[in-house]
Amino acid sequence: MRTSAIAVSGLRKAYGNKAVLDGIDLDVPAGTVFSLLGPNGAGKTTTVNVLTTLIKADGGTARVAGHDVATEPRAVRAVIGVTGQFAAVDDLLTGEENLQLMADLHHLRAGEGKRVVSSLLERFDLAESARKPASTYSGGMQRKLDLAMTLVTRPQIIFLDEPTTGLDPRSRRMMWDIVRGLVADGVTVFLTTQYLEEADQLADRIAVLDQGHLVAEGTPDELKRQVPGRHVRLRFSGVAALHAAARVLNGGTADDAALTLRVPSDGGVRSLRGLLDRLDEHSIDVEEFSVHTPDLDDVFLALTGRASTEATAK
Amino acid sequence: MNTISAPLTDARVMLRRNLKHILRNPVTIFNAALMPVVLMLLLVYVFGNAFNVGEHYVEYATPGLIVLAICYGLSGTAVSVSSDMTKGIINRFKVMNVSRGAVLTGHVVATMLISSIAIAVIIGMAFALGFRSPASPFDWLGAVGIAAAAAFAAAWLTVALGMAAKTPESAGLTVVPLILLPFVSSAVVPAARMGQGVRQFAQYQPFTPIIESLRGLLAGTPSGGYAAAALAWCAGIALVGYLWSRATFSQRA
Repeated sequence: MRTSAIAVSGLRKAYGNKAVLDGIDLDVPAGTVFSLLGPNGAGKTTTVNVLTTLIKADGGTARVAGHDVATEPRAVRAVIGVTGQFAAVDDLLTGEENLQLMADLHHLRAGEGKRVVSSLLERFDLAESARKPASTYSGGMQRKLDLAMTLVTRPQIIFLDEPTTGLDPRSRRMMWDIVRGLVADGVTVFLTTQYLEEADQLADRIAVLDQGHLVAEGTPDELKRQVPGRHVRLRFSGVAALHAAARVLNGGTADDAALTLRVPSDGGVRSLRGLLDRLDEHSIDVEEFSVHTPDLDDVFLALTGRASTEATAK
Repeated sequence: MNTISAPLTDARVMLRRNLKHILRNPVTIFNAALMPVVLMLLLVYVFGNAFNVGEHYVEYATPGLIVLAICYGLSGTAVSVSSDMTKGIINRFKVMNVSRGAVLTGHVVATMLISSIAIAVIIGMAFALGFRSPASPFDWLGAVGIAAAAAFAAAWLTVALGMAAKTPESAGLTVVPLILLPFVSSAVVPAARMGQGVRQFAQYQPFTPIIESLRGLLAGTPSGGYAAAALAWCAGIALVGYLWSRATFSQRA
């Protein structure tokens, strides 16, 4: 039987007159990755804070592992782990001491605590820096340590609030691998992110949050079907070349003013090479060539008919 | 782990964390122990002879410097409490069901340990500068009690100030009044010598009974009135600090 790890209905939270969450319904089956996708200010962190008992909602109900977050916060806390947007590590303590602190606060026996700490240091590739203060760690290492600290208590449900925001691409990929490892161990992951790619890579289901409302929910594939797909953009030196290319390449949309041609493509090397070969065969010169993948803004444009608040702010 | 000993264990774990912080950030100890010593040398050798307080100046100044030794160590606590609150680690503790009492008590006990070190240093220094006391062991015990009560009250108030501060930087400044107030008490010169207005303030502010009761005990002439007033002030301040800290903790974390 399918059980819900997180079940939310009609969740509302306002600060003053501003509704941050305006009636959210969510259901996350146990053992899956659920991603809440949205720009800054959409209400992602507020949702996480309510679900992790850090703040109280104004209305609606939320159950985590079957426990009501408002009336049974201690029971909820006993089964969850949270890694926030900003690394909550103790800068003055070493990586090892940070983990030991968690083990002590979780009341593990000395021997077991030591074992858990050293296995986490090993697993997160932090053993070499274990005796150095966390303040000397890079952003990616701090985030890893933060997540390792969350895992000391062996939570069944893990909340990751923008776990890769501000990380370089390599560290981001490393975090993704770690999340996949957690899921393989049967943990339920609730992940917030600003990156469509991240949600796509990790999540079983994605919900898109916009100004306190859920505007879409589904599997990554369902969601992407609603969004203009990947395409290749070609720019030419003149209208003649543009029209010649449009005749050669099927399904392209030409823009005479910008001298660009937009061609749907999966972005793979083979299809790109084929496309360029065809242009070569007909001796059509391309000025500029770029591959576009749908990003959060495309999702927002498609779902709400306007750019994300992030993009409007720019 | 049963429910009675868990908060105690947590408090001990938090205290160990706070002590590690202090050891790795020696500026705190420097402020707490060295500043009062510098002040003592200034007062005794530079200003002291001009004050004419009717006794050996080092004997007059020592009780006030004991209180100042407590106060100089407080800014580190305020900064450290504020860092905990603003840097997200407090949410981690909260989600781990760590009792808020443990977080607060850890800071209070660590602060009192710093105060004890600073007080021991200043008393040692006082003896080195010629301080002599006719006080009996009981008087000394009384003095230790008053100093501990003052350190306890100051620690709770400081934890509350650190909790309430928006940033660690501003938290460090919130304790400045606690460093300045002893100067407007009978710490350095007798309140009776001060100008109109200032004198009344000095006579009725909490530091004066605390310092006067210490002075009486160290001179071997304890005064019950001052001691009672001092303990009442300490209890009141500690209670306000405790309630304020708890309220801010629930609100912010």
